[in-house]
Amino acid sequence: MSDIQSPLPGTFYHKPSPEEPPFKAPGDAVAIGDQIGLIEVMKTFIAVNAEVAGTFKGYSVEDATPVTAGAVLAELD
Amino acid sequence: MAIERLFIANRGEIAVRVVKAAKVLGIHTIQAHSEADTEMLAVKLADEAICIGPAPSKDSYLNIPAILEAAKTTRADAIHPGYGFLSESPAFARAVEEAGLIFVGPSADTIERMGDKVAARQAAEAAGVPVVPGSDGRIDVTEALSVAEKIGYPVMIKAAAGGGGRGIRIAKDEAELKTLAPQAKAEAEAAFGDGGLYIERAILSPRHIEVQILGDGENAVHCYERECSLQRRRQKVWEEAGAMCLDDATRESLCASAVALAKAVNYRGAGTLEYLYDEAANEFYFIEMNTRIQVEHPVTEMVTGVDLVAEMIKVCGGAKLSMTQDEIQKTGHAIEVRLCAEDPYMNFMPWPGVVSTLKEPTGEGVRFDHFLSEGYQIPPFYDSLLGKVIVHADTRDAAIDKLVNALEEMEIGGTKTTAALHLALASDAEVRAGAFHTQWLEPWLEDGNLSATKGDAA
Repeated sequence: MSDIQSPLPGTFYHKPSPEEPPFKAPGDAVAIGDQIGLIEVMKTFIAVNAEVAGTFKGYSVEDATPVTAGAVLAELD
Repeated sequence: MAIERLFIANRGEIAVRVVKAAKVLGIHTIQAHSEADTEMLAVKLADEAICIGPAPSKDSYLNIPAILEAAKTTRADAIHPGYGFLSESPAFARAVEEAGLIFVGPSADTIERMGDKVAARQAAEAAGVPVVPGSDGRIDVTEALSVAEKIGYPVMIKAAAGGGGRGIRIAKDEAELKTLAPQAKAEAEAAFGDGGLYIERAILSPRHIEVQILGDGENAVHCYERECSLQRRRQKVWEEAGAMCLDDATRESLCASAVALAKAVNYRGAGTLEYLYDEAANEFYFIEMNTRIQVEHPVTEMVTGVDLVAEMIKVCGGAKLSMTQDEIQKTGHAIEVRLCAEDPYMNFMPWPGVVSTLKEPTGEGVRFDHFLSEGYQIPPFYDSLLGKVIVHADTRDAAIDKLVNALEEMEIGGTKTTAALHLALASDAEVRAGAFHTQWLEPWLEDGNLSATKGDAA
């Protein structure tokens, strides 16, 4: 099992836009490079991608939450 | 009624600027801040501070009820909106007026009128200010085609209610206009809830020149012009006062046109009229008015000696302009560069770090407007502007040399900044010659001019 951490401080989003479903749901397969969320930093949106493969366990923070650099965003099994 | 207790409804470097100007005037300062901004410099410098909500702008710096409540709690008699956020919101200005407070800016009606591109254009034409040939009012997609036929291609399509470059498209011919006009309409509806369009002849590769004005509701004066042609994604990165490309006669008629419009709308406070300048034809065209203090106001202060922020506070408190046009003299040349928390070598990716070291540029004719201090975590929730380095010298050449020295002296550790971009620009032959326009910087970056200098500037 491993954690996906935030590369930057900012606001973390689970979804590509408010109307769409989250990038990943518990039980989804995650491949290296898969996008799991978005970080909004200084009015710019930056993709958060998985650096390891696994099975998506869940988001560790709520959608649209301020996070610090290094904060755990999601967990993989 | 002179202002005694000023509430600053903004953040970052402009909040610092307003607090300092108010203190010089002997005014009690009350700094608003979000939960993410408790450590910011303006909070420390102000006489008092009050939290107006959570980090997201919509819950704090854009939250009109929260701001008015905080202003009431702290017994403020006036609100300074800074730039951005609510500074050009007629709804905010009106709410401030209705709460019995002074809005440090023009009236809500003036903001509303000049914020609408079509109404602003009509006001300009009525005051005899040249405008780009275009549609007489807001139009629909069908009318766009017939207007374009009359004024000639290429044409620019804008959202009538837009701002900040959003919704702008250029059509080279009728076929393109047929494709782009419906897209512009849909985008305008989505962004502004108003699908009204506006089209005008596209002036390709213009220079951006703007005139600083001050008004007291009756009288108005200008503080000469600025040139802000070096832009990336329609954001200014480097600004100068004055515009070297203008001859004296053109400068005089440009500035006179700005004063005529300011007087025609009974302007109060500091404002800026933006123009496109077609250098080959030596023609200028009014494009829009910004009814607030601007980021680049310091270059005007450097060449004229006028404290624009203090003057806007005084006139909005009911004073007459403290100077006549004849008393506003211009000396030398000033340049401002914007320092942003971005990595210029990584496509300007935002990079809000913790400021580990801070060494400010110093010297005669050097000014550094910023909100940094050592140990400060730059919040990631707002725009990336950290501050501005401003230099003033006898000539433009000497100002560029002074800018290089200032940027080399300055040290900001722990975060990325765009200082390297400005050093590269300062060493470019075309920038040195003043041979640029609004479409110059992006191709220059795409051609790798910045990465080529990385060894020296990084």
